[in-house]
Parts: sequence; structure tokens; C-alpha cells
Amino acid sequence: MTQMTFARAINSGLRKSLEHDPKVILMGEDIGTLGGVFRVTDGLQKDFGMHRVVDTPLAESGIMGTAVGLAYRGYRPVVEIQFDGFIYPAFDQIVCQVAKLHYRTQGHVKMPITIRVPFGGGIGSPEHHSESPEAYFTHTSGLRVVSPSSPQDAYTMIQQAISCDDPVLYFEPKRRYHDKGDVDETLDLGSALPLEKARVITDGRDVTLVAYGPLVKTARDAAIAAADEGVSVEVIDLRSLAPVDYAAVEASVRKTGRLVITHEAGQSGGLGAEVAASITERCFYYLEAAPVRVTGFDVPYPYSKLEMHHLPSLDRILDGVDRALGRPNSLSGLEG
Amino acid sequence: MLTDEVGQGGTTASGPGNNAGHRGGASQNLVQLITPQGERVSHPEYDPWVRDISDEQLGSLYEDMVVIRRIDTEATALQRQGELALWPPLLGQEASQIGSARTLREDDFVFSSYRDNGVAYCRGVDLTDIVRVWRGNASSGWDPYTVNMAVPQIIIGAQTLHATGYAMGIQNDGADSVAFTYFGDGATSEGDVNEAMVFAASFQAPVVFFCQNNHWAISEPVRLQSHVHIADRPAGFGIPSMRVDGNDVLAVMAATRVALDRARRGGGPTFIEAVTYRMGPHTTADDPTRYRDANELEDWAAKDPIRRVKALLDRKGLLTEEFEAAVQRKADAVAREMRAGCTGMPDPEPLDIFKHVYSTPNSWLDRQQDHYSRYLASFGAPTGAESEEGGYSSYVASSGDPEDADSEEGAR
Repeated sequence: MTQMTFARAINSGLRKSLEHDPKVILMGEDIGTLGGVFRVTDGLQKDFGMHRVVDTPLAESGIMGTAVGLAYRGYRPVVEIQFDGFIYPAFDQIVCQVAKLHYRTQGHVKMPITIRVPFGGGIGSPEHHSESPEAYFTHTSGLRVVSPSSPQDAYTMIQQAISCDDPVLYFEPKRRYHDKGDVDETLDLGSALPLEKARVITDGRDVTLVAYGPLVKTARDAAIAAADEGVSVEVIDLRSLAPVDYAAVEASVRKTGRLVITHEAGQSGGLGAEVAASITERCFYYLEAAPVRVTGFDVPYPYSKLEMHHLPSLDRILDGVDRALGRPNSLSGLEG
Repeated sequence: MLTDEVGQGGTTASGPGNNAGHRGGASQNLVQLITPQGERVSHPEYDPWVRDISDEQLGSLYEDMVVIRRIDTEATALQRQGELALWPPLLGQEASQIGSARTLREDDFVFSSYRDNGVAYCRGVDLTDIVRVWRGNASSGWDPYTVNMAVPQIIIGAQTLHATGYAMGIQNDGADSVAFTYFGDGATSEGDVNEAMVFAASFQAPVVFFCQNNHWAISEPVRLQSHVHIADRPAGFGIPSMRVDGNDVLAVMAATRVALDRARRGGGPTFIEAVTYRMGPHTTADDPTRYRDANELEDWAAKDPIRRVKALLDRKGLLTEEFEAAVQRKADAVAREMRAGCTGMPDPEPLDIFKHVYSTPNSWLDRQQDHYSRYLASFGAPTGAESEEGGYSSYVASSGDPEDADSEEGAR
């Protein structure tokens, strides 16, 4: 075990992949000489060369489209989108090409592209630097979408994503980049939890609390706080957002009968809606209360002085837990 | 790819097409080696590139052009007869497609648009596979790796980036193959094409941008896409370009050889504007009489790419009855084979809809497939091939409103 930051863990995972497979190529803006604006690719170009760690022109569609061409040629491109809000120029290439080429070619052409996206807020940035665009991609068939929440998962999941023959969106919770944790760099990918599986972070009996990425830590803290009040919260870290490991969520909800889902992205059409609907379909008769969503508002990501109102906090999550339990909460007295 | 000398090649390449230093101003002359009347005219810069083309090869190029025009005519007929849902004709662009595609090496890799079916023919794509998409039987027709040609791109210009990325891969592998991308005049307005030129120039990737300027993007004339000759635009990216008569198979071939040679020698990308004309509609669903002048079509018909080679062959005394009959036999045989392949194509199975979305198992999709499979089975039919009587297909066939059907019948 080695203690390292979340960012360092991704760096270490990328290094492993570059060492393991000569077809792995990293591409992005400022990822080479600079090592990335968050230093996630620090030192990699120095060690693997400018042919393997490529500083690209500032054109997101260009990066994604050339990655498609490299994949056609048998490479495994790992593309960095510098910030969540910069992914939209690449949206067409991701949705129309990356996601569909395997289907279009009846399996003849694989698109083993990993798209790394630092996402989410809480770092006091200006507009376009704090977004949570994951639902656009979970809605797109042909893509896998994942988000690690700990340095260990960051380390293993980036390698799993790169070795996956399907395209994977890998959403990195940027406000956790500097959080430290133990990472076992000897962990064999074969024995690691599969990419598609969710993980129960905290066992509990009363409420199932589903989170991913940056809010897993907040959810765990909320569970600890709830325990002080005698409420037992089971926290599930989804890890995979497409597909969602519904078997894991369902097993938990069958036990607790109550479901709270939290994410930074806005509520309408968000992943929480999909989880709530699917779990309601799958185990309606086990539910004691309607599923509760604690999410960002349906507003453009707000200016940083207000972002803490937008981001689900420990208290807002606990308020949601109270709603699921029918305990006094901020909406008590309101119908529905 | 990715050398320290990025951005240098455009100004160091020499020979034809080296217009990288050219920054707007007077536009380039159109390269022509065969006049519309079929006269072989000399061109000091480009003649050497096609000096080796024998009479026999010229005859073969003529045959290719006749064959792909026949493919085009047959496919249009198949659409009119209800056997194809849609077809994008290439009528008028035969010299552009044959002159370039016949110049490529087997290990070069093509990224084309949907109108480049003549190119697909040259790459050895099975005739049935050419029409598979247009019959609605699949989203693409062939395995790209068996013919080194990507499946045609529908999103305008997107393939130019794929070609550029592929070329970066070639460069990384140390190979001397070339990525060759086809697109139209409309595509040059797309961001992707411009980004592709930025990447290609910066990394000096072995890619050739082959623009068939057929003057129309559905109803929009080329002057709406570009205020200057399209071939004048690559200079701004540091990419050498050529402007050739796209209805002249030899001029296209010469320019293609110049570009391929530069790419193979590490000289980076080249842009070719093949000036041609879309004599047919955008697709069989289009009506060009709504937006273009009949006189314009007449002018271009006089510059027909096939007629001029035929005239040249005639001047050379090569246009024997025997030769013409052989070409016609070949074209008819190809058309027959394509028609048979088209009409004999088995329909896809309902559950094929779920195939190949992912290359690895996916719990969401597997569940949807399982549920739909049960749904289909609930009609008593096997989920693979439904039977003629009863079952799913008869349910679908009879589920329409019978009164609607009657009224439609009555209206005929």
C-alpha cells in the first residue's frame, strides 16, 4: 500500500497502462510538457515520449476525431478533455462516431477509447469549469460511463477503462484530486471489482443512499452523522453510471425499503431520475416511501460564491434521508 | 507523428501542388490533361506523373467509369422499384472517383462519404455490400479491414478527422501507407474538416484530403461555402494544394500520385480540389429542378468525364466495337450481380437490433433484449425467424387500421 492523492493514483494507473500496452496513446491539451492543468499526466511525456503522450491543438472535436482514426488503426487512445464544460465541441464525434462505430460496423471496428473528464464543482472556478454532463453520455447507447470516488478505484478503474474494448467516459471528481488514500499498486486487474459493479461503502439498515464521484465522500460523512442520530444509512458508490449495477442497488433497497440518490448534476433528466424509476420498477413493493433525489438545481452552474448552495451538502443529504424516513424535514407539511 | 519539426513540411515540399506559400490572391490554374473534346493536352508539371499510363490502362479506366455509372443507374432503378430506400448518385463524378481510387495502394486506407460508391467498387467491396445500407438491412456494408476502406460517413466531414488520426497512427508505426479521405465542397465549411487540416499540418501526417467539389451541397451552391476557390484555403493551414479538372481521369490520377508520393516520403498532407459536377440529385429523394438551372446541367454534360475518355480512345484508334462490347458486357454483368445481391438479401432478424452495441456484455441492454425476446415469443413465434403464418410478423401486418387500408385503396 502506498499513500497517494487521487490525481497521483490516476497518474500511476495511466503509467501502468502505458507500460503494459504499446498501443495506448494519451492525447489532450497541455497534457505533455505541462503534465496537465491538474498535473494528472505529470512526467508521463518525459518517460514515454511525445509519440505516446501527445499535446494536441486546441480543438476538442479534432482530438476526439483523430482518436477515432487512431482506434481504427488499432490504437487505444486515452483522451483528456481539460474541463467538463469543454467537452461539447467533441459531442458530435463522441455521440455519432465513438459510440456508434462498433454497432455501425457490426462489430468489425472496435473503439477502445477512454475519455477522461475532470468534472463537478466545489473549486471556485468560473463558468464551464464545474459542470456535471454525465447524463448526456449515460443516455447515449454504445458508451460506458464510470466515475471513481477513491484513489484506489481511480487507479484500478482507469486501467480497466483503458483495457475495455468499448469506449469509456471516465469522470474524475476534480475537487477530490488532492484527497489522499491508500493505493495497492500491486492489485491485479483480474481480481479487482469489475468496472460495471457498484460497491457498498457503508452497511446500513434504514435507508439506501446512492452516490458517485465527488459526493461519495459527502454521502459517507452523512451516514456517519446519521448514525449519531440512530439512523443506519447504507451508502452505495455506483462507480459505473452506464450501465448502473441495479442488482446491487435493488438488493440494498429490498433490505432498507428507502432510497435517496444524490448527484451534483441538475435534477431533470438526471441519472437520479433513471435510478429512481428503475428501482421503483424493480422493487416497488419493497419501497416504504417514494425515492428521494438530492441534486444540483436545474440552473446553469452558478458563480462560485453561490456554488455551495447548488452542490448537495452533508446537511441537504441528511434532509433527504429524513424525507425518505418520514422524519421531520425541510418540506414537512408540503404535499408530495 | 509528433516530431519536433511540426508545421515545417508545407513550406519545404517541392514540385506540383506546392502552393503552401501561396496566401490567397490569384487562384490556381485548373490542371487538365484531357480536354472535354478528348484531346490529350500536355502539362509540363503533371505529364511525368502519368507518362507510364498505357493505352490498356486508359481503356481500363474507361471501363471502370462506365461500370460505376452503370452501378449508379442500376441502384437508382432499384430505388425507383422499391428495392432500395434511398440512393445517393455519383453521376458526373466518375473521373474523380476512379482517377483517385485506382491510384491508391492496397495498404492505403480510405475514409469516404456516402457518395463515393465508385471508390468502394475500386477497393473491391462486394456489390451486394454497396447497397446493403441503402436497402436498410444494416448500418454499414462491409468489414473495413478486408478492403482498407472505412464504412462511408454520413456526418458531413467527420471522416476527415478519422483519416488524420489514422495517418498519425501510420506515422507512429513507421509505415509508408497513406490515409486518403473523400469529402465534398459543403464539408469544407464544417469545423471538423478545418480541425483535420490543423492536426494534419501540425503533425505532418500522411493524409490526402480529396475534395470533390461537385458544386452543390443538396441545394446550396459552392459559392455559399467558400468565397475563394476551395483549393486556395489549405494554404492558410500550411498544406500544399492542387486544383484539378475532376472530370479528367488523368489529371485526377496525376494529382493523386503527387499527393501520395509526398505523403509516403514524409512530406505530410496534401489537399486536392477535384472540380466536378453532381449531375444527378443529392439523393433519389431530392429534386434539383427546384434549385438549379437546366442550362448549368447542360454545360456540365458537355464536360462529361466518360465521354472525353471515349473520345480520346477513339482518337487513338482504340475504340473498337469489340472493346466497347466487352465494356458493356462487364457493366451489365456488374449490374446484374448487384441487383441479384440486393433482391436476394435476407432480412435482418428482430433481435439483431441489439447486436454489437457493445463488444462486451452490458447488463442494461441484455435485460432489454431479454424482455423484448419474451415479448416476441408471447406471439408464439420463435424470436429468431418468425414464421410466415401467425406469430409476430402477421401481428404487425394485421395491426394497422383496416379502414385506413380500405380508404387508401379507394383513393388509388
